[in-house]
Amino acid sequence: MTDTGQRNDWASDEMQRRIARRYAADSRFKWYGIGAILLAMGVLVLLLGSIIVTGIPGFTQTQVRLQVSFDPEQFGGSLKGKTPEEVDAAIAAADFSGMIRTGLQSIFPDVTQRRDVRDLTDLVSSGARQKLAQIVREDPGIVGSTVEVWLPTSDDVHTIVNGSMERDVAESDRRLNDKQIAWLETLEKTDSIRGTLSSDFFTGGDSREPEMAGVWGSVVGSFWTLLVTLAVAFPLGVLAAVYLEEFAPKNRWSDLIEVNINNLAAVPSIVFGLLGLAVYLNVMHLPRSAPIVGGLTLALMTMPVIIIAARAALKAVPPSIRAGAMGLGASKVQVTFHHVLPLAMPGILTGVIIGMAHALGETAPLLMIGMVAFIVDIPGGISDAATVLPVQIYLWADSPERAFVEKTSAAIMVLLTFLILMNAVAVLLRKRFERKW
Amino acid sequence: MSPLSLALILILMSTAVAFVASRTKALSLVGGRVHELHSLPGHYGLYALVWCLLPALLVLAIWIAIGPAIVDGIIVDRLHEADPTIGADRLGLILNDVRNYVSGNLVSEDIDPALAKTGEAYRSLLLTGLWGTFVASVAVALAGAFFAFSRIRPDMRARNKVERVVWLIMVACSLVAVLVTVGIVLSLVFEAGRFFAKVSPLEFLFGLHWSPQMAMRADQVASEGSFGAVPLFAGTLLITFIAMLVAVPVGLLSAVYMTQYADHRVRSLAKPMLEILAGVPTVVYGFFAALVVAPWIRDTGGLLGLSVASESALAAGLVMGVMIIPFMSSLSDDALTAVPQSMRDGSYALGATRAETIRSVLIPAALPGIVGAFLLSVSRAIGETMIVVMAAGLAANLTANPLEAVTTVTVQIATLLVGDQEFDSAKTLAAFALGLVLFIVTLSLNVIALRVVRKYREQYD
Repeated sequence: MTDTGQRNDWASDEMQRRIARRYAADSRFKWYGIGAILLAMGVLVLLLGSIIVTGIPGFTQTQVRLQVSFDPEQFGGSLKGKTPEEVDAAIAAADFSGMIRTGLQSIFPDVTQRRDVRDLTDLVSSGARQKLAQIVREDPGIVGSTVEVWLPTSDDVHTIVNGSMERDVAESDRRLNDKQIAWLETLEKTDSIRGTLSSDFFTGGDSREPEMAGVWGSVVGSFWTLLVTLAVAFPLGVLAAVYLEEFAPKNRWSDLIEVNINNLAAVPSIVFGLLGLAVYLNVMHLPRSAPIVGGLTLALMTMPVIIIAARAALKAVPPSIRAGAMGLGASKVQVTFHHVLPLAMPGILTGVIIGMAHALGETAPLLMIGMVAFIVDIPGGISDAATVLPVQIYLWADSPERAFVEKTSAAIMVLLTFLILMNAVAVLLRKRFERKW
Repeated sequence: MSPLSLALILILMSTAVAFVASRTKALSLVGGRVHELHSLPGHYGLYALVWCLLPALLVLAIWIAIGPAIVDGIIVDRLHEADPTIGADRLGLILNDVRNYVSGNLVSEDIDPALAKTGEAYRSLLLTGLWGTFVASVAVALAGAFFAFSRIRPDMRARNKVERVVWLIMVACSLVAVLVTVGIVLSLVFEAGRFFAKVSPLEFLFGLHWSPQMAMRADQVASEGSFGAVPLFAGTLLITFIAMLVAVPVGLLSAVYMTQYADHRVRSLAKPMLEILAGVPTVVYGFFAALVVAPWIRDTGGLLGLSVASESALAAGLVMGVMIIPFMSSLSDDALTAVPQSMRDGSYALGATRAETIRSVLIPAALPGIVGAFLLSVSRAIGETMIVVMAAGLAANLTANPLEAVTTVTVQIATLLVGDQEFDSAKTLAAFALGLVLFIVTLSLNVIALRVVRKYREQYD
């Protein structure tokens, strides 16, 4: 050993300062890390918070109380004892807007000018007519009587009442004019305005009127789409994983397949949309906007994810299980399908659920295959025109009406709820069935 | 009920019968003494099941894949015979009308009698095809069942045969992954090739002006449409760059903190938080960018006296960066934990502080993994669609100013293809050319990243 001749004096001031500096740098570095995590956490809180705050009014509907008289003249006489077809024809011919107008004018008898009457009826949603039609359809005997009903107001009234639009700004800056505000305040004073949980939001399909628009149509569309995805991607993914993990010889081909799968998992989702458009729509002529096309497209995207998860789960099954079964005379296929696969199943299912949750949130490839159509009806199967929850969110986010902002946030809350549920099931499955070998 | 679902039900029923009958036959041939059979009784049933089900399903699949195309071809031929001067675009329109007529989607009251005639011909051809498939598939199913049933002997190697089929099915499933890649490449190259027949690749790759709107008819007064994609590439790079400015430091630092400093309690809180951030659908990020971040940036910019576009690249980039944080963080986390403990211990033994160890030992050692994570994150940012569709603009500005609106490759693909499309206009085909560029770039980034990561793993394992 050579002595450098110079020894550090650890007690010297200079050395102490230096050590303090180094420790300070260390703790600064630690705080950078904490800052990074706090930043991410803050953004998450801001994201969820802003969506919850704007979304909660979206679950409600503002309604106005009206006395509506179902004038028999409108329905061609009493509907008692008529067949359903006759009732439907009578309902189609009836002037429900007129009934709403009469109901409103009975509260505001001094509104007679055409323009004012129109402004007055604009307070009530245009979807209120369907509500009245539904009341008559359910109970045709109601014709001839006057009943008190709560009808949805227009979205402009809704945003004013729940405070997301200011009411005391200049007339030109709001969607309701001064007269309408005055009528609205009169109605509020007589307790004729209320906000309730919107059943239309939970049970309806899409609508041009924010107050009538619902998520149910897109939830059902998502369900059909995911059903197709699951039916295709699950067997394909699991069988491919079993082959690659248990049967495939280690050679150039299985290497190629493996590289392929890893790359597919990282291909941008919109490219899968282009593939779906070119193959399913242009070559195979499957119906546009249908869950079957959406599901098949998402299946191609989900399959690599399932393969990767399933391979990890199969790898976790110890070789002794295979050796034991083989020792008892089982064939390779029997070993795999009777012993290894069932033991790996909880892990595989966890991966599948996480893959399906990804597919549920996916939007871009579905835009390519025409699932952005405006669809009012609830889809009844995999070949009906449908839209899915994230695409519905995208469509509403694009709509200019102020009230659609809260509907969008509310729909996002519905989507996030489904995602949380799916992930909770996955976590539960992992906790419940995870084995330590 | 359509003939195809009827056929499917009949096939499934005969499959069930074939399974039970063959199993019973195998058992009765040996008088119930199972040990005299080569395979288990169920294997004989499965043998018949395979023969009955698979060929019949294949027949159904063939019809579904190419049947409608054949019918289309016949109708097009007939239309051509009737009027040899008919153009390809006109043919496409007629064919569309005919399809709508057959599916009952035609709303208009007065239907052209010629169209109705072609429509009826189409319908009858389609029905002939459907019922032909019905007969063929059921016949194949029954033939298969009888063939299998007649071949059952006690010494037949039913298990080996069934297992061979299982093996084949598994190979086919794993080949689907390759097929998907081939399908992506073929469809993109084919459609992009049609685009490059109209627009020169040089103009596409190096042109500075992007305005894909084209005149629908030749006599319409409108611009020709120009397809110089450089502003798109520049916009994509700008937004990706902003996203990386957020994602790389935050993702890397949080990974460092979680692997090196945090105790178990903090980790069990921060990890799920990052997982939630990763699980939020991109459409939600897009909405957040458009609803909260973009107005906030515009207002802040306004206070500082800057003019900020309401769809600024900054807003889209920042939110995209947040989206990528968990991705970057978990990949760097993997890279950091893979560094052997002995290297860290060595550094500590020399008197280095934790920060010094991280900076001079850990990060250099994990660098290939971190570079891989960075490349994968870039590839993700380039391919991300919904955030930019909702928060970035449509105007193709060639600018490096993050406060202005730019557009990206994915935004253009989405806007060119949403809505009704004519499949022979350069405008629609341009989307496929952009898709091809996107695919090539992200694929190369992924391949390089996986290479880098793999190479690095070999070093320490």
